[in-house]
Formats: sequence, C-alpha cells, structure tokens
Amino acid sequence: MSVQQISIFLENKKGRLAEVTRLLADRGINIRALSLADTADFGVLRIIVNDPTACLGALKASGIIAQVTDVLAVEMEDKPGGLSRVLAALDADDLNVEYMYAYVEKTRDNAIVIFKVDDRERARDVLKTNGIATLGAEALKAL
Amino acid sequence: MIWNPDFETLPRPELAKLQGERLGRLVDVLYRRVPFYKGKMDQQGVKPQAIQGICDLGKLPFTTKDEMRDVYPYGLLAVSLQEIVEIHTSSGTTGKPVVDAYTRGDIETWAEVMARTLAAGGTTRHDIVQNAYGYGLFTGGLGVHYGARKIGATVIPISGGNTKRQLAILRDFKSTVLACTPSYSLFVAEAAREEGVDLRRVGLKAGFYGAEPWSESMRAEIESKSGALAIDIYGLTEIIGPGVATECEHQDGLHISEDHFYPEIIDPDTGKVLPDGEKGELVITTLTKEGTPLLRYRTRDITYLDRSPCTCGRTTVRMHRVLGRTDDMLIIRGVNVFPSQIEEVILRVDGVEPHYQLIVERRDQLDELEVQVEMNEKMFSDEIKGLEKVERKIESDLYAGLNIHTRVKLVEPKSIARSEGKARRIIDKRLL
Repeated sequence: MSVQQISIFLENKKGRLAEVTRLLADRGINIRALSLADTADFGVLRIIVNDPTACLGALKASGIIAQVTDVLAVEMEDKPGGLSRVLAALDADDLNVEYMYAYVEKTRDNAIVIFKVDDRERARDVLKTNGIATLGAEALKAL
Repeated sequence: MIWNPDFETLPRPELAKLQGERLGRLVDVLYRRVPFYKGKMDQQGVKPQAIQGICDLGKLPFTTKDEMRDVYPYGLLAVSLQEIVEIHTSSGTTGKPVVDAYTRGDIETWAEVMARTLAAGGTTRHDIVQNAYGYGLFTGGLGVHYGARKIGATVIPISGGNTKRQLAILRDFKSTVLACTPSYSLFVAEAAREEGVDLRRVGLKAGFYGAEPWSESMRAEIESKSGALAIDIYGLTEIIGPGVATECEHQDGLHISEDHFYPEIIDPDTGKVLPDGEKGELVITTLTKEGTPLLRYRTRDITYLDRSPCTCGRTTVRMHRVLGRTDDMLIIRGVNVFPSQIEEVILRVDGVEPHYQLIVERRDQLDELEVQVEMNEKMFSDEIKGLEKVERKIESDLYAGLNIHTRVKLVEPKSIARSEGKARRIIDKRLL
C-alpha cells in the first residue's frame, strides 16, 4: 500500500507559503500531513491531502510546480521505541529513508508516519515481514 | 614621468602630420599585401592614393571582430610568417579566437607603449614590478613584462593567482609596483588583512589596473587599502594588448598613444564619426603595426575623447574610462562572456528551459554572477538533494565551458520578468 503525496516547489520568499495554502483552502482541500524542506533559495512543501487529484489540478492551474510522489504511510505503536523499530527494520535491509514526517491523526493507539524511501516496494515487503502495517489511501481517508 | 617626450608631447599639428604619413604607408601595405583589405577597399571604391592625410581616414572601411574570426588564423597577416616572432590570441570563449601576430618591430612598439604606460604612473628603473597579470596567450602578462624591462625596472613575473604567494613576494621582495586586474588587487588587500599584513606599509607606490571595468569609487578603495596610486590602463588583444592608453598621475582620462593607435568615436548604429566629447564606440586604427595591422577596428567599448591639453604636459588625446559596451558582453573577474554563451551551456542541461536571468553584483570586491533558472516540471524533484544537484550541475557546466564561477539559483516559473514576451536577461548591479 502506498499513498500519494503532493510535492510543491516554492521559492524562499515572504508570503509564498501563505499563498499556496490559501489557494488550497479556497478549493476545499484539507491538508492532513505536511513537511517543509528548505534551502536558502527554495523549499519543497510535501503534503498529504484528502483529494490529491483536485489538489494537483488546482496547483497546476495556478502555474505552481507540483508533482505526485508515492510514499508509504506506516502505522506504528505510539509509544517509546515505536519509530525506532520501524527504522531498524528498514536499516537492517539496507533501505534508505529520503525523508519522513508525522501524520497528524492517530488510529486507535497507533501513530502514522509518512516515509519516502529509495525502494518503496521492497520497503513495504520488509515492513510486512516485520509485522509493521502500511496504510493505503482509503484507509487514511477513513480515519 | 613622461617616457618619450618626443612623441608624447608632440605639438598636435605635427602629430596629425605624422599620423597622416603613417596612415598612408599602412593603407599602401594593406592594399598590396592583405587580400582581405584589398577586397574591402575595392568594394568601398577607395584606392590607397585617396588617403592623403589622417583627415581621409573616414573613407576607409571598418573592421569587426567577426571579420577577424572569418579569416582566422592567418588571414590578416601583412608580412610573411617568417617575420612573426610571437603570437597572442583572445580567449576564444566566444568562438574562434582573434589573433595578434607580432613582428620584432611590433614587440618593440609594444614595449615602448607599455614603458610609456608604466612611466605615466611613476615607474622607473629603480622599481620592482610585481606582474600579476597572466602570462601566456593573454596579452596582460607579457605586455607589462616588456614595458617594465624596457624601463629597466626589475620584473617579478609571478603571473596571476596564488594569493598567498603574491603576498609573500610583495612583503619579502618589497615590490613597489603592482600590475593586475583591479578586483584582484582588492582581493590581495583583503588576503593581506587576514594575514595581518598592512598593504599600505609594504611600500607599493603604484598599481596598474586594467582588463576589466572599474569605477572611481573602486579606485578610492584600492588607493586607501594599498596606499598607492591606482592607474587605469586600457588595451585589447586585437590592437596590441595593454599599452593602447593609460592614465597619467593626474588620473583624468587615459592618454592614447595616438602616434601608434589612432582613435575615433562613432555612432555604433550609423557608423558616423562623432565629435569630441560625445559618447560612442571607440574605433582604433593601428598606424604602425606590421604583423596584423587593423583599419578602423570597432572595439565595441563605449567612451568619449578629450583633446584638451592635460596638466601633465602630454599632448595626446585622452579617452574617458570605458563606460560600457555596445554589445551585451559581460566581464566577470576579467573573463569575457556573452549571455548567449551562458544560455547555450544551461540549455544543454537536461530539462532546463530558456527562462533564466543573469544578475551581476560586486560582493567583497569580486564580481559575482548569479544565474537564476526557472523551475519546471521536468527538473522538479520532491527531494532537496535532487534540486541542489541541478544547481551544482549547471554551475559546474558553466565553469567547465566558460571558466566562470557562478551561483545558480532555481526560481519559480514566471518569476523572471518578461517584457513583450522577451525576458530581460541581465541585471548588472555593479556600480561602475
């Protein structure tokens, strides 16, 4: 299972993030999780939204550079050691995490973390073998 | 100090007579020995006999850099190759290089005009000249070298770069004259400060700076940091290299060695000769050159002329420091580069579209070129390292192709202003 993340290119200038989020708000798009990576010049905003297709359409119509990136939504125990166990499993199989960020909502007593890894298919298998669940888009939406 | 008063203070009527005689001889030689010029003169319907004095110069055709390239490498030779003792060329970054082939006589002329240049800033045989212009095909190094040798000064041929060594030599050998680009002199001053050396106490008395545009405010800074007179010098490979013109100690315009290089100012669009004081393109005729003489060479440098007498006693015409270019050539740390070349390099990088802008600034006294490139879907990556890789790739390609250091910055689409569909390519923030 993987989920679609929208990755957005933003120049590092005042007010830009506010403009983009306002644009999404106007289209009724809800941001469920986000991370912002930046350098001195530019940033990449990564978001998980309720409607990726509408989100991408709205951004592109406004001339914003954005793309869909497939990422893993990994469910883990919300207690000390939960994240560590996931990372240990990936590391043991030589999988590299490009970036990760927490999902806002919780399912039962578990937390969800979004992962971008270098080999998504293999990572999913490795996690599965270790008894760690990954959620699909529908499962996320249902939360 | 005036190196050659016989010529540098020649009363103007006598100078004009000399120039006329020399032009007559030059045209005669070119018509007989250089098919390129015979063709151009025939086309213009002008025979050598029509040139009776310097006032007839306007009847002769111009020469452009493109024409020089067309006849690369030997098409402009006015003597047999056996007579040539040295060859220099331009960097050739903009296409085929232009060639300057020197006879023994030309090298002597070069030494003479460079001796005038160095003497105009006070250099004598007692001086130690640290020559930090590059030695090689570039004319800066050897031009200063020949001039300093003619004066009888001591030359330290250190060439460019290696700032630590420049400093050590300055301090240990007690150089009294420095020759380099103006920006490099400030770079040396800065390095000196970091090493705890006060450049003002080293004993420099003059610096000869050229090969790139600079300003009065930069001069003030160089003089205060070096404690030495900063002299602006002018020249170009096509004509002879450095030595075409130099400031004297009064620093009020550059005296052109016009017994060798006859200047005109023209309207770059119409080719019409403009009166003294009016800005236009500098055109030079090499009155005495033997190897590769040029008629009315269009330098593309913008300046104006002043024939009023200078307090130094020289009677030669002065040109104002170069005000700009008729083309869009940029000079970045002494390297000539055209935006079209930058465009060519960046468009070869995968996914890059021709939406870019060049921003030139002078930071810490060095030229910095920022290349802003608009982001597009093909170049985009959700990972920062992927985007930074694009930036570094463009930077390294620009360095490999054009020998210029740049800072590439990815910007959002449509963020570069477009006027009438055409982007403004260059923003030069340097105060020159």
